[in-house]
Amino acid sequence: MSDLLDVKKLRVTFPTASGPVDVVKDISFSLGRERLGIVGESGSGKTMTGRSILRLIRPPGKVTAERMDFEGTELLAISEPAMRKVRGARISMVMQDPKFSLNPVMTVGEQIGEALAVHEKLPRRRVKQRVLEMLEAVQIREPERVFGLYPHEVSGGMGQRVMIAMMLIPEPSILIADEPTSALDVSVQGEVLSIMNDLVTRKGMGLIFISHDLHLVSAFCDRILVMYRGEIVEECRADALHAATHPYTRGLLASVPRLGETRAELPVLDRSAWETA
Amino acid sequence: MTAEPVSATTTAGRDPRIAAMGRAGRGIAALGGFAATIAFTFLGLLAITFFIGRVIPIDPVLAVVGDRAPQEVYERVRVEMGLDRPLIIQFVSYVGDVLTGDFGQSVTTGRPVIEDLARVFPATLEMATLGIIIGVALGVPMGVIAASRQSSLTDQAIRVIGLLGYSVPAFWLGLIGLLLFYARLQWVAGPGRIDIFYDGLVPTVTGLMLVDSLIAGDLDVFWNAVSHLVLPAAILGFFSLAYIARMTRSFMLDQLSQEYVTTARVKGVPERQVIWRHAFRPIRVPLITVIGLSYAGLLEGSVMIETVFSWPGIGNYLTSALLNADMNAVLGATLVIGAVFIAINKLSDVLYRVLDPRAR
Repeated sequence: MSDLLDVKKLRVTFPTASGPVDVVKDISFSLGRERLGIVGESGSGKTMTGRSILRLIRPPGKVTAERMDFEGTELLAISEPAMRKVRGARISMVMQDPKFSLNPVMTVGEQIGEALAVHEKLPRRRVKQRVLEMLEAVQIREPERVFGLYPHEVSGGMGQRVMIAMMLIPEPSILIADEPTSALDVSVQGEVLSIMNDLVTRKGMGLIFISHDLHLVSAFCDRILVMYRGEIVEECRADALHAATHPYTRGLLASVPRLGETRAELPVLDRSAWETA
Repeated sequence: MTAEPVSATTTAGRDPRIAAMGRAGRGIAALGGFAATIAFTFLGLLAITFFIGRVIPIDPVLAVVGDRAPQEVYERVRVEMGLDRPLIIQFVSYVGDVLTGDFGQSVTTGRPVIEDLARVFPATLEMATLGIIIGVALGVPMGVIAASRQSSLTDQAIRVIGLLGYSVPAFWLGLIGLLLFYARLQWVAGPGRIDIFYDGLVPTVTGLMLVDSLIAGDLDVFWNAVSHLVLPAAILGFFSLAYIARMTRSFMLDQLSQEYVTTARVKGVPERQVIWRHAFRPIRVPLITVIGLSYAGLLEGSVMIETVFSWPGIGNYLTSALLNADMNAVLGATLVIGAVFIAINKLSDVLYRVLDPRAR
């Protein structure tokens, strides 16, 4: 398998009053043209991992890695203008909640068009045409009308389709999806996921799917990384999740409720099992 | 898996004709409502100024006849001024007078108040307008730059300038400005609106010296007026700059931590566009409030600056009217200032709707 992204010993550090804190601790992983899920609880460092790939961690946060190789480019070594050419065009990111991640005073069409126009010099008519095609690709009916709407005029599900359209329009090779469905109703989660899945597999992209939902990830991805406190504690194929060995993963799996089961008490995570005091 | 048809907000009416009629009707209704709120606010303003004028312990009759007039003269003038009538009747006739442009006579200048106001308000308007232009043109970019380079040296410098604008007394800055730029460097003209030998050369059309001289085509007068105006306006501009830059900076800092700014960076948008297109655009609405309030503040007339620069503006006029118990002049000037506030507020309401799609 040819790797798109190869990360070795990635570390993200923030200074605090009581000394530097590593929120991501020397993690290594690689990504091919596949769907890689990163699961973990709040504060496990999964979002920071995603953002550090795009070098979006703002100072005073610091990102270091022994290697962060993207199709032969060392991402941590290139200049900021060179990084801008990578962002959006080659690695892109779908963010969590369209309510906050879409600019409230720009129309949907303008925002999607911008994602294309910053990377490709195209005449306006052609940009608009591409945007309309993209809106259709994320299954929005009446793309012509949605093009002129403002974000507050669209629903959450549609907002996230707009987000996906915006991030996929320059045809990147890697898409990072950071909790892309957590802010959506359960009823539209599936739709949005299938649209994303469809586009990602059709274009042969690599997908990093960040979520706290173990079951969603195991159903949707090919491979899973389980993060805990800035470290990868488990790495396995999605269909082999039941065979996970780390006590944290086992504990998580054990505390998932199942339909139709009768258990007197749902087990809670017992962190003392793997944490050394 | 089949996707449900996605529909956004439903627009009213399928039939375009009905929709158009509805729109036009709503437009007229909105305009009517708009006019009604302005009229109502203005009536409230009239009522407040009128009743405050009647309850303050200043006897308007005494101001006319002087305190040594015999009792029968005092009584006669009191009846002539209509002060013997019930308060509510006085108010109704006051509203009637104001609506026909009659603000009464000024005791101190001996002229109709409306004429005085037509003379002093343009003087203040000219200075305040130039002042706010300077304040916005410098303050907004300064605030944006400070926020985009938070805690850099530039940011610190801009914050110190802002702090100075808050804490330096206006009269002191005015005097130092005169000393430096007028007395020493002779870059600008001194106090007053125009040199004495240019006075009265151009006919008064708008009362704004710059505009009138341009209408008359007299560039000498124009440049003389500019050199008189530029220093006081720059000082006013400095004060509004301090406030505007400070507010812009804090609005921008708030914007720069928004998710959609990160979205723009994810797309690969260059930093300058991230700042001006993505972060600055949404703050235009709160900025309009800030700018509108500073402008209204300047239009009230800065008594300090007008005194230091012998500027015949509304601040000076109102102050001397107050000190002389010239109630007609006080009420007239207060009305003008109130009307300016209403106008600026309504104007910013309109601008909100233009600039923020969520407010439409």
